[in-house]
Amino acid sequence: MAREFSDRERELVRSLQESIPLTPQPFAEIAAQTGMDPGEVLELVKAWKADGTIRRFGAMVRHQRLGYTANAMCAWDVPDERVDEVGETFAAAAEVSHCYQRPKAEKWDYNLFAMIHGPSAEDCERVAAALAEKTGIASYRLLYSSREFKKISMKYFIE
Amino acid sequence: MDETDKKLITLIQADFPIVDRPYAAIGEKLGIGEDEVIDRIRTIMESGEIRRLGASFDSRRLNYRSTLCAVHVPPEKLDAAVAAINGYHNVTHNYERNHYYNVWFTLIAPSLERIDQILREIEQRAGIGPVLNLPATRLFKIQVDLPVIDG
Repeated sequence: MAREFSDRERELVRSLQESIPLTPQPFAEIAAQTGMDPGEVLELVKAWKADGTIRRFGAMVRHQRLGYTANAMCAWDVPDERVDEVGETFAAAAEVSHCYQRPKAEKWDYNLFAMIHGPSAEDCERVAAALAEKTGIASYRLLYSSREFKKISMKYFIE
Repeated sequence: MDETDKKLITLIQADFPIVDRPYAAIGEKLGIGEDEVIDRIRTIMESGEIRRLGASFDSRRLNYRSTLCAVHVPPEKLDAAVAAINGYHNVTHNYERNHYYNVWFTLIAPSLERIDQILREIEQRAGIGPVLNLPATRLFKIQVDLPVIDG
């Protein structure tokens, strides 16, 4: 999976992680900035999309402003031998945007995380209760964000 | 926002055309001109509904490591802790949450060593800790596209 990125490729990453120009030929403009051929930029972007290096290309929206007013980080205590099956079940739910297994820690007895989105906290709670019923995992809690201290897109290759 | 704006947002969220003249291609799908597409996107971006139009990279494919961190911060140390944490460009999200571990942030760095180093620095600078380091050991779902809904 790991591969090296050339200086020009790093430059292209730096450019694409900003907003692309709102001009008729944005990729040609980026190509000019990075010293690449316009066709080369289009081919690289397509290749990176295809191999997953670019997870998504397009508009990044503010979900909270577009109607998803509540998001709950739901943390579950799932027996190790059931993590695979329960994780797949959570992942299949449309309201779950992210689902990860993570290690437990001191005063933190939860190992499966599911981000649940909904119009309200009650909707998130209903989704979590339904998932609990479906999987039989009764030990869970929902953590809501009461304040957002920071939300940015990561900038790569700048250190 | 009118119906065309909503369709436009949905379209450019999920399927932005990687072609020489993408705004013209989007306009064709919506039945409007290239200039109008550009004007509408500019207006939506100014309103803040769209925060960026570009690429979202998979940190792992760029050889970066990421993790989720949690820390208990008493109220009198909150400002200093947030300042210490947010000071790193490696911290992309940082929220206050309703738990004993009340500050949760995501951290992305070129190596595991750098992640450890940053966490120790945060603990020292803010006089807090220990910071829990909870890297994902398995990914079941990463979905960043959510449809536009009314509200």
